[in-house]
Amino acid sequence: MSWETFLWTTLSVALTLCTFSFLYRDNPFYKFSESLFVGVGAGYFTIILIYNGLVPTLIDRLWVGQPWWQIWGGRWWYIIPALLGVLMWFRFSKKKSWISRYPIAFYIGIATGVAIPLEMQNRVNRQLADTLLAPNFSAGFTAGISDIIIIIGVICSLFYFFFSVAHKGTFGGIAKIGIFILMVGFGASFGYTVMGRISLFIDRVQSIRDWVKMGSDGTGGMMAIVTIVSLAVVLLIILEIMRHLRNKAAEPTAQ
Amino acid sequence: MNFFERLSKLDRRWVYLILAGVVVITVLMKFSTPIRINPEVRAIYDFVESRKAGSYLHLAVDYDPGSQAEMHPMTYAIMEQALAKDIKIIMTALSPNGPGMAEQAMLNIMDSVRLHTGKEVVYGRDICFLGYKPYPGIVILSMGQNYRISFPSDYYNTPTDSLPMMQGIVNYSNVDGIVLITGTSGVDYWIAYANGRYNAPLAVGLTGVMAADYYPYLKSGQIFGLMGGMLGAAEYETLAGRPARAMEAMRVQVWAHMVIIIFILVGNIGFLASRRRGGAR
Repeated sequence: MSWETFLWTTLSVALTLCTFSFLYRDNPFYKFSESLFVGVGAGYFTIILIYNGLVPTLIDRLWVGQPWWQIWGGRWWYIIPALLGVLMWFRFSKKKSWISRYPIAFYIGIATGVAIPLEMQNRVNRQLADTLLAPNFSAGFTAGISDIIIIIGVICSLFYFFFSVAHKGTFGGIAKIGIFILMVGFGASFGYTVMGRISLFIDRVQSIRDWVKMGSDGTGGMMAIVTIVSLAVVLLIILEIMRHLRNKAAEPTAQ
Repeated sequence: MNFFERLSKLDRRWVYLILAGVVVITVLMKFSTPIRINPEVRAIYDFVESRKAGSYLHLAVDYDPGSQAEMHPMTYAIMEQALAKDIKIIMTALSPNGPGMAEQAMLNIMDSVRLHTGKEVVYGRDICFLGYKPYPGIVILSMGQNYRISFPSDYYNTPTDSLPMMQGIVNYSNVDGIVLITGTSGVDYWIAYANGRYNAPLAVGLTGVMAADYYPYLKSGQIFGLMGGMLGAAEYETLAGRPARAMEAMRVQVWAHMVIIIFILVGNIGFLASRRRGGAR
């Protein structure tokens, strides 16, 4: 294992600990890691966008390897979308911001035209058609029961969102079943969300463990860095506890 | 204030500390938990397993470092299985921070396959990474016509036509299926455009937060398989017989979930106890 890998891993572990320190309370270490994350993320995204978007789809196609003034040798019509893109920047002018509406209208028009038929077909029609199919017991008893539960669940849930009639009597009863169905759905989502969040934490703990292992498997210098960083964290925790106790002692006693 | 009431008013930092303690201890301990395989995960495994050598798989790596904990194990498991079966992989990344994830996975797996099987995975012959392009919806639609519209060259600026494995590969109809690993809402574009518009067989690996929302698409046949979060990745690793990070994480999950359930129960009992006392007064 190289020193370079070890130092990057050490930095990653240090930033992980800085981020987790927020769980105790807001502090400069957390603020530093947060700002670093946002800054690096924005910088990386910008460069990726320029070199994977702007350069290959506009610059390279306009000039096709010729000097910049020989634009007409390339595909000059790419200037039109480029100009539309430039017009977007008028958004920052108070007086001329109306100009930016043209490219936005163009963009929304195309996006809507492409999206509406496909979205309707795939997210509404196909889902609706599949929900309202007759229960399929040929695929197994549980599959058939599952189909019935889905039909009943969807209808009851829709009743709950129908507010033109008071939720009383039979209607209210069906709407109540709808609430239970919705709660089951939210419960499933919540369970998965908890698992997702814990997964992220486990991954970080695994990384810290791997870092310690890396140090103990590597040279004495690597182990020394692991020890120093670990001691620094322990020292910070002790200082925080002492500060807390001092503050508590300095608090005026309640009358 | 009785015991349960006091617990229900517990400073949340104690909850974090106890949970962290449980996670750290269980990460350091060595034990295993049984993992039950769900049919939606098995469907993806069987799909890859049933491909013949030389067939093509499109692997869309559309996630950022924020969800790499859940997504990387899925990507690694599928890539290892596919490359071991000599299936050619076309990779794309339509999430802004995805190229780094895709490249890291590709390079690691190329090394790991060479180390474990002795098989040399050659870039351009067995695997290629076309890179990132903004506006996923438009890119997905364009790949349905021709991969070269959005990706005239790959991530390393090599012309797509000069990659040996891309000879004769025009669009989705030339690949056996698409496996999308994502932590973004871009999955909607893949379902509506790649499957809906071009009928490309699509399977998805999603973060735990997203998984429950996409089961209706599984039932309607718009996706043929679904892996949900770390559990999905662990199931896949179990099927592939390659225990790795996800399987290790699942044994920790079990204990972490138990702690959370205990806190939920204690919190609710405390809430009910305090309400009863309030009512009695």
